[in-house]
Amino acid sequence: MAFITANWNPLGEAFYRKIELYEMGWSLRDGLKECLVAAAPYGGPIALLRQPQRPSSSARPQLEIYSSSGANMASFPWKSGPVRQLGWTVCDDLLCIQEDGTVLIYDLFGAFKRHFSMGNEVVQNQVLEAKVFHSPYGTGVAIVTGASRFTLATNIDDLKLRRLPEVPGLQGAPSCWAVLTQDRQTKVLLANRADLYILDNTSCTPVTPPGLSLQSCSIVNMAVSFSYKYLALFTDSGHLWMGSANLKDKLSEVDTKVRTPPKQMVWCRRPKSQQPSVVIMWDRLLLVAGECTDTIQYTLDEESVCVAELDGVRIVGGSRHELLQEVPSACQDIFKIASMAPGALLLEAHKEYEKSSQKADEYLREIKEQSVLGEAVRQCVEAAGYEHEPETQKTLLRAASFGKCFLSNYPPEPFVSMCRDLKVLNSVREYTVGIPLTHTQYKQMTVQVLIDRLVYRKLYPLAIEICRYLKTPEYQGVSRVLKHWACCKVQQKEEPDESIAHAVSVKLGEAAGISYSEIAARAYECGRTELAIKLLEFEPRSGEQVPLLLKMKRSQLALSKAIESGDTDLVYTVVTYLKNEMNRGDFFMTLRNQPVALSLYRQFCKHQEQDTLKDLFNQDDDHQELGNFYVKASYKEKKLEARLSLLQSAVDEYNKAKNEFAAKATEEEMKLLRFQRRLDEEMGEALLGLSLQETLHALLTSNFHKQAEQLYRDFRVPDKRYWWLKLTALAEKDDWEEMEKFAKSKKSPIGYLPFVEVCVKQHNKYEAKKYVSKVTPEQKVKAHLAIGDLEGAAEAAIERRSEGEISTVLSRCSPTTDRALLERLNRARSTAAKK
Amino acid sequence: MSAHLSYGRVNLNILREAARKELREFLDKCAGSKAIVWDEYLTGPFGLIAQYSLLKEHEVEKMFTLKGGRLPAADVKNIIFFVRPRLELMDIIAENVISEDKMHSPRDFHILFVPRRSMLCEQRLKEQGVLGSFINIDEYILDLIPYDGDLLSMESEGAFRECYLESDQTSLYHTAKGLMTLQALYGTIPQIFGKGECARHVANMMLRMKREFAGSQTQILPVFDSLLLLDRNIDLLTPLATQLTYEGLIDEVYGITNGYAKLPPEKFAAQKKQGEVGKDLPTEPKKMQLNSAEELYAEIRDKNFNAIGAALSKKAKIISAAFEERHNAKTVGEIKQFVSQLPHMQAARSSLANHTSIAELIKDITSEKNSLYSFSFHVQLTTLHSSFIYLFYLYLTRQVTSEAFFDNLTVEQEFMTGVDTDKVNTYIEDCIAQKDPLIKILRLVCMQSVCNNGLKQKILDYYKREILQTYGYEHMLTLNNLEKTGLLKPQTSTRNNYPTIRKTLKLWMEDANEQNPNDISYVYSGYAPLSIRLTQVLARPGWRSIEEVLKMLPGPHFEERQQLPAGLHKKRQQGENRTTLVFFLGGVTYAEVAALRFLSQMEDGGTEYIIATTKLINGTSWIKSLMDRPEAP
Repeated sequence: MAFITANWNPLGEAFYRKIELYEMGWSLRDGLKECLVAAAPYGGPIALLRQPQRPSSSARPQLEIYSSSGANMASFPWKSGPVRQLGWTVCDDLLCIQEDGTVLIYDLFGAFKRHFSMGNEVVQNQVLEAKVFHSPYGTGVAIVTGASRFTLATNIDDLKLRRLPEVPGLQGAPSCWAVLTQDRQTKVLLANRADLYILDNTSCTPVTPPGLSLQSCSIVNMAVSFSYKYLALFTDSGHLWMGSANLKDKLSEVDTKVRTPPKQMVWCRRPKSQQPSVVIMWDRLLLVAGECTDTIQYTLDEESVCVAELDGVRIVGGSRHELLQEVPSACQDIFKIASMAPGALLLEAHKEYEKSSQKADEYLREIKEQSVLGEAVRQCVEAAGYEHEPETQKTLLRAASFGKCFLSNYPPEPFVSMCRDLKVLNSVREYTVGIPLTHTQYKQMTVQVLIDRLVYRKLYPLAIEICRYLKTPEYQGVSRVLKHWACCKVQQKEEPDESIAHAVSVKLGEAAGISYSEIAARAYECGRTELAIKLLEFEPRSGEQVPLLLKMKRSQLALSKAIESGDTDLVYTVVTYLKNEMNRGDFFMTLRNQPVALSLYRQFCKHQEQDTLKDLFNQDDDHQELGNFYVKASYKEKKLEARLSLLQSAVDEYNKAKNEFAAKATEEEMKLLRFQRRLDEEMGEALLGLSLQETLHALLTSNFHKQAEQLYRDFRVPDKRYWWLKLTALAEKDDWEEMEKFAKSKKSPIGYLPFVEVCVKQHNKYEAKKYVSKVTPEQKVKAHLAIGDLEGAAEAAIERRSEGEISTVLSRCSPTTDRALLERLNRARSTAAKK
Repeated sequence: MSAHLSYGRVNLNILREAARKELREFLDKCAGSKAIVWDEYLTGPFGLIAQYSLLKEHEVEKMFTLKGGRLPAADVKNIIFFVRPRLELMDIIAENVISEDKMHSPRDFHILFVPRRSMLCEQRLKEQGVLGSFINIDEYILDLIPYDGDLLSMESEGAFRECYLESDQTSLYHTAKGLMTLQALYGTIPQIFGKGECARHVANMMLRMKREFAGSQTQILPVFDSLLLLDRNIDLLTPLATQLTYEGLIDEVYGITNGYAKLPPEKFAAQKKQGEVGKDLPTEPKKMQLNSAEELYAEIRDKNFNAIGAALSKKAKIISAAFEERHNAKTVGEIKQFVSQLPHMQAARSSLANHTSIAELIKDITSEKNSLYSFSFHVQLTTLHSSFIYLFYLYLTRQVTSEAFFDNLTVEQEFMTGVDTDKVNTYIEDCIAQKDPLIKILRLVCMQSVCNNGLKQKILDYYKREILQTYGYEHMLTLNNLEKTGLLKPQTSTRNNYPTIRKTLKLWMEDANEQNPNDISYVYSGYAPLSIRLTQVLARPGWRSIEEVLKMLPGPHFEERQQLPAGLHKKRQQGENRTTLVFFLGGVTYAEVAALRFLSQMEDGGTEYIIATTKLINGTSWIKSLMDRPEAP
């Protein structure tokens, strides 16, 4: 414990410390000499391209991928062209940028994924230098060609190449350059000896850093901070200029007194840095230069590479992997020698308490007197997060927990979540996993991404354990990991379909929200169609199964799945697909076996393809529907002959369907149409298309009684209806004489009340009266009332001794009605009621 | 304006709010000023979710109706099409977009599919070469729309026709989806009952979707205890009968669409301000929104029409008395209190005036003195402006119609009680002879067929022939449709099982009490709707008691249970009612809704009902949806 500050070095007001993360597990004979190295930030993997031991034409370089602790993940001889630069994407894919501008993408395990080119122009001019950079848009690649032109791709997953404008006076590669992301734009900052330029999409602007004292010196190296906010420039006079990346402010300038151009230069900052610095590396020297112009010097005993992180710099060497960072203020407060900060006192108090010494109380009282116990606990919790050694973490957390006991209402969340975070962090920092994340990086990166990284490394059990431990909702946690596991599982070529399908279903059975179709899609991509189909069986969402089944040309299966889902749009989609894929006969046969699809397709045809509809009915021998089809079609025809011939087809179909009624009715319609045409031609009427009833009515009102009679007989119109018809027609044209004749022609099948009512309706009470006497006794009252004859109605009602009818008459009486009549009615009603 | 949705047993405003939220989110996705191009069919249903003001708040400046050709000019940044996923509409949209491109000012296009996006439609847009012109293609899931405090409707007119005539089960898929949305908001419904093929299909889809969504389960205490799915085709009789509740009659006579009724304007003229008297009578129909937000309407809507007069008269007295209070107000405080109540009283008074007018209108058509249907209609409306002499005049002139209404009702009741259903009915014959409206004839013939479990071939053919000869051969297709759906059918077995069903389920009650009902049969003055009887029996004593009858009705009956997450099992308080959601697949009538409300209010009922349906229907709108008219060239 006492040695915690042993590796601290002061820099201005702050301290810097260098801690060892791992002793590297790899065994590299020459260390990192003659290697092209790329190490991903956030404790990511390391890629090495090692030049062959003995240069000869047949020897090939070796590409190796290691975890941060030096555990080998992949290793294979490089068979493609010469590589200029290696780099990692945000999703842990390796980019190998070749001299000819081709960029090859490999996964963590060295499996080739895809490639793309940085443009045709590059092929001739070659890539001189290249850089991989990260921005909110993803991972990008920038190159400078032999023709001194820059080309940028901001996001390799959505490749858009941008060739930047020419830089005046630039020959070959610039002295140094960097990629900047500013104002949502990606730019290149480059130095050509003493001149500095900013290159954006449209222009090349010369710039001068404010306050650079020796203007004439060449700029030989530059570094942009992790956040793209700060810039450092190194001149051949050994001066280091630090300022903001927009070149508006200068922070400081330091004379390093080393004139050799550095091998590497990176910013070393942390959020809320007190003393940001730039780390400069030469062959044997590592120099940390702060804003305050102080420096720290470390000797390097082996070839190393610096990796900039959000909160420090990692130094990867042949045998060691170290982290250099500014000591966070919480740690400083607690561990600085003779510190009286609340956290330091609390730690001390707890130490005494463990020793069962009463001094514990003294310390505690001191803290409490200043009422900073809360602050003390907070400091201890925070500092625990910054410590790498589990023992130190534990000591700090125990102290915090101890302090918490003396506080009421202290919120438990920060303490609990810190304990959880550290547990997760310690497990991924584990040598075998090799992800040396700091707490700050972890918070920035989020659990989701960490889980993804573990999944990429195929560390499924650990990922699941972490999800369960953090109680991540299944959907985003365990299920997601299992899905990845399954996607990986289906690629194991040696295992048979059956056993993979079984293994997958057993393991995924309980997990919620698994998308089996995604797994199946992966299996299909690997050429395992049978396995894909087996896996799709587990998919509960039919909607998800269908597109893949179609892709695999299992259209029949797709159709039944679509039907199962009940989603008619999905069924339509498959049907449309089938229609285009199959010949018509097969298509119809397929539909025939799937009634749901068939009726939906019929609906579609009804609106879109009338002819197909007919074919469908034909195939099914659905004569009834065919008949209906012809009937419908007949109404679309203007010419009578065409109409009749369609109706004849309908008759034939109805006959085949054994629908006698429809056949007969259609024949009658044809007969009627012919009759109407004849009359139209002969008499100049416009009867065509009218119903039989309307035709008769028209004939009767136009005095074609003979023709009407003929129709009435030919079409066997029921007497009742014909009487009604004729009666109304006659009344409408006030042909009272004819009506009277009609009434007397024979006994009316509808009685005579209609005669009365029809006359009244035509406001002819006089004529109406003629028929009142003929009305049956039951309807007498109604008839009398209809013509407004109250007395007659009264007589009739009284005679019939019907209480209801008497009441009806009474209700029609008005104050002007004869009193005697009223009395008679009332009397009759009471007698009727008595009965 | 949506408060009435939250007063019921289940707060349906949650559903409405969820729908509004989604709409706002979509509108905000299209930044800048916008114009909406409406599939006209959707405007009605949307009106139940959001008024123009909401759209305006989100920069909707213009609204157009979708039609072919070029879009009207509008100085907006975005054009949004609100459409149903129909191919024919896609063609129109394509036409709009193509003719737009020729003009200079570019506008952003978006499509909002209601209720669901469709690959088929997108494919069509692609074929037309315009798919790429759309910046956003989204769906607005609007399945179940809150219609009233206890009523949800999908407002899907064609649902019955599609399901039972065309075997297109799209609307059932939407139903299942809608029920899933409902469960996401109100918790998993533990029990599902159902009767009928479509009900079975919907239940299957729901159970399937539940499996699909496994893992994203909602931790909501279930609001509904059970769901009852009913196929319309197990009870074809009820919608054919003339509804006799107040609301039902308004629907029968004037039609209620999307919660609005269009009424003849004459009656409402009197309510205009005094100064305007003497001007011409308004010719535009009066559009009135009818829902429980109006206190008086909520009170009387479900009463039998014969009880309306008394109810209105009572209300009138109360209002008059309230206005009289002003004479008693002596102190400043009392006057102040009186004045503060004035707006409410005035609203009540105008509401009363409106409903008196409507009731008069309907009475003109329905009532006949000296018959069973004698109305005691003496509203003392001294405080109202209605002109009674005018009303009385109208009443006399409508004598003929009302007689017809009464005769029609008599025949309906004869059929429902099983009188002479196996013979040609003379009333129907007479109506055909006089060429009464075809739909009226079809309603009666279908009713006779349903009540007789099919008609003898000879009788059926006779009716059909009469209809074709009178109304025209083109109705052949309609008749064919009616036969396909089972509304009309030839008798196949000699046994007519309708009487058994009627007796077992007590579908006819001789002594229906219209004024103070004690049974659901009051809604049809004697006939108790079969669908509601099934619901009633399910609650108590259970369907096991009527197995025989259930077997006579088409389709399977079933019961399913849905597992609830642990801890969400409801602990029922002593005397707490169960809540059942009854879903009518293929439509429900206002009278049936009234009957269910009656059951909810019964003191010893034990169950409260929330009603959901594909569409609110009546016999006329229903038959109309099944008609096919061949298009003339």
